[in-house]
Amino acid sequence: MSAVAQATHPEGDVLLSARDLSVRFGGVLAVNGVSFDVRRGEVFTLIGPNGAGKTTVFNLISRIYTPTTGEITWYGEPGGAPLALTSQPPHAIASLGIARTFQNIELFEHATVLHNLLVGRHVHRRTGFWGEVFFTRATRRAEVQARETAERVIDLLDLQHHRDSMVAGLPYGVRKVVELARALCTEPRLLLLDEPSSGLNVEETADMAFWIQDIQKELGISVLMVEHDMSLVSKVSDRVLAMNQGEVLATGSPKEVQADARVVEAYLGSVDDVSSLRRVA
Amino acid sequence: MRFIFKTSYEQDIRLARHGGHVFWYGLLLLALLVAPWVIAEYWLAQLTFVLIYGVVGLGLMLLAGFTGQFSIGHAAFLGTGAYTQAVLGNMGVPFPLAMAGAAALSAAVGVLVGLPALRLKGIYLGIATLAFGFIVEEVFARWEKVTGGNSGLHVQPPQFFGWQLESGAGFYFLCLVVAVLSTLAILNLLRAPTGRAFVAIRDSEISAQSMGIHLARYKTLSFAISAALAGLGGALYAHKLSFISPDQFSILQSIDLLLLVVIGGLGSVHGAFLGAIFLITMPQLIALSKDWLPPVIGEAPGLQGLVYGLVLIAFVLFEPLGIYGRWLKIRTWLQLFPFYRRGLFKRQKSFTKSDRLR
Amino acid sequence: MQVLQLLLSGVSQGCIYGLIALGFVLIYKATETVSFVQGELMMLGAFCAFAAMAGFGLPFWMAALLAVVAMAALGVLLELVVIRPVLGQPQFAIVMLTIGIGYVMRGLITMVPGIGTETHTLAVPYKSQVLNIGPLVISVEQAVVVGATAVLCVLLYLMFRYSKLGIAMQAASQNQLAAYYMGIPVKRLNGLVWGLAAAVAAIAGLLLAPITFVHANMGFIGLKAFPAAVVGGFGSLPGAIVGGLVIGVAESLAGFYLPDGFKDTAPYILVLLMLMIKPNGLFGEQLRKKV
Repeated sequence: MSAVAQATHPEGDVLLSARDLSVRFGGVLAVNGVSFDVRRGEVFTLIGPNGAGKTTVFNLISRIYTPTTGEITWYGEPGGAPLALTSQPPHAIASLGIARTFQNIELFEHATVLHNLLVGRHVHRRTGFWGEVFFTRATRRAEVQARETAERVIDLLDLQHHRDSMVAGLPYGVRKVVELARALCTEPRLLLLDEPSSGLNVEETADMAFWIQDIQKELGISVLMVEHDMSLVSKVSDRVLAMNQGEVLATGSPKEVQADARVVEAYLGSVDDVSSLRRVA
Repeated sequence: MRFIFKTSYEQDIRLARHGGHVFWYGLLLLALLVAPWVIAEYWLAQLTFVLIYGVVGLGLMLLAGFTGQFSIGHAAFLGTGAYTQAVLGNMGVPFPLAMAGAAALSAAVGVLVGLPALRLKGIYLGIATLAFGFIVEEVFARWEKVTGGNSGLHVQPPQFFGWQLESGAGFYFLCLVVAVLSTLAILNLLRAPTGRAFVAIRDSEISAQSMGIHLARYKTLSFAISAALAGLGGALYAHKLSFISPDQFSILQSIDLLLLVVIGGLGSVHGAFLGAIFLITMPQLIALSKDWLPPVIGEAPGLQGLVYGLVLIAFVLFEPLGIYGRWLKIRTWLQLFPFYRRGLFKRQKSFTKSDRLR
Repeated sequence: MQVLQLLLSGVSQGCIYGLIALGFVLIYKATETVSFVQGELMMLGAFCAFAAMAGFGLPFWMAALLAVVAMAALGVLLELVVIRPVLGQPQFAIVMLTIGIGYVMRGLITMVPGIGTETHTLAVPYKSQVLNIGPLVISVEQAVVVGATAVLCVLLYLMFRYSKLGIAMQAASQNQLAAYYMGIPVKRLNGLVWGLAAAVAAIAGLLLAPITFVHANMGFIGLKAFPAAVVGGFGSLPGAIVGGLVIGVAESLAGFYLPDGFKDTAPYILVLLMLMIKPNGLFGEQLRKKV
């Protein structure tokens, strides 16, 4: 059953709202009655063991999958009209202001890092086909502007060394950062980060934590992320939602959720009598 | 490896990245301009074919090399352009209009062929394009009223309100203009958002979509442009040969075009023209070498097929980047001499990510 | 009655397409590579049998066996020398490679002195015999095609279901990494799969030879087997046979009932329809990338 522990104080308005999401693949109910709200300007994290359905929720928001039941509503502009995401085609999601990174990196391997970032600017494209064929002055100006924006993101994430490198030859940690950069280039309102620290070492994870905080505070972007690294979760998240086997276990601040009995059970299993675990001296 | 020190965004956007580019390509253009007065007529005709196949190859390169869509029936577009040009030209339509018509009709057929592309990937798309290729070839053969069927169709030289372009040199310049303009158009597209969208679709459709790229629209666009270029090339091809028949646009021609892009270097504009050079010079080389080969080999009808097959296998096994790739390696070796290391171009060994979900 | 006659010839032609399609599907299931060589392997198998009979005077059954074994060996060799080095390259490159191999085979056969450039008849023992079942006239060649295909399918089914080798092949085709961990020699199995596919192609060639004669361009029929594989569903072995039958029958009926030109294009129109309606074919697998 879905247990939604929603915070009652209405701090900040809602940016994205999911209600009773369920999706079924064949006989498997991957997501079952999941509901949550992402508030404007917050970092909201989904945690849970593997196979809990967290990435599936992301894929529902990105419209890679269609929910069997439930609704996802996007509020966009402050005070803007609500929009049902489930009626949008997948390629429209980015222009609404939702960008994402992928769990298994999905970069454009046979292109340079800059090229990848410039694809991120696609939603802000103002040139038409014929303008591009003749490469008019307007197209040229648009290209320069796109590069300026990409350069700002490169500065933020320290990617200068790799600007002209082919993605195919880059180490894993750098690729994760390039994915983040590409998502930032779309100038989103909501950034979906799928396991941003997986595969990163301690320093890279620390960098990632700072970047997420910068993204939230300086760029004013709300972040919805899936994460396993609890220290990162505690450091950057405003609110956390714990899932297991497609269902919501608890929602609240990081401390509350990590202390919740059901969450602990999901991760560690239940043991009634811990005395048997005590080491015999 | 020349290090290009960039100081402005314009420099990054420009087609010619540094002075050397301007010099060498300028020289090439000059050589192409004076060719009619310098080389024999036979070689001029071959050069004209290189330009024609280059234009067609450019289209296929855009589709297969840059957008990653398999097209095993590309001769269908070549044929559509050729027949359209022939029919319109024979009706008296001035050649620029006829060529525009050929390109437009081929583009329309391209959009039609591209419809399966919206739902299919990889080999399924290849089979769909193969099927279209066969069907279009059969249409050329059966629609006798328009195309003259299997007995073929005579094509008049390009005409413009009474004035006919009959000289070899004149036609060569027409082809040169078309080739140069097509190449510039494609280069412009590739350095603009559309070209980047194509490459994105090639490398990762899912993330292209999540970056806001409308897959159906861009795939269709790629098919349309590719077919239009093939149609344009086909129109020129029809005039050059002055006689066309359906069997010239069969699966073998389609495979020849694929050979062109793969051997030239998949994913590079240079590859289209290098592949065209290969496709035109190889039969000449084979004909020349027949004198040295024993008659069993030299006179065999399958000799050309054998050589093409061997070259294709050699390139796929040893030089997947094609002729252009080999040229890049040679150029780097010369630039870095004696510090060239074999590992500079080593491809990262990756295992094909299986798309199957079972 | 006409319909039955047409159906029969369609079924027998369809069996040939099905056998060639079976070859590609075997290879695709095992290694996810598409092989355009099946047609040429079929052609070489037929030539092999012809050479054994005409050149060495062997009786038909021995020549047939020799052809099948020789082609199987060639298949294994091909996989070892040419295909294995390119695994990991994009699918397109491997397809081009197999097209190249096909060209080489076609070219080489025309260089065999005297034999390659001519059309030959394969002296099968049941040549030109006919069976009369009621009003139907069935040529024994067609009956043999259908019969042999049925027997082959049963044998393959038994092999995949009950023999260790068959089960190992199934395992390797579903998850190569897991198969490696279970101690299955995946690379060697891939070679064997190619050998098996080549042997099936050789059998198809032997069955086809009495009908179309043995000549260097015999392999082009292989192109019609692709629609068969797609209609059946590219990852399904029974699908390949069923697809072949569908294409064969459609071709036969189209040749008689529809105007000129539809006979040759019927398979392709069918495949386009199938791709539009049910892209995964009749028995096909779901392709979905997991992100």
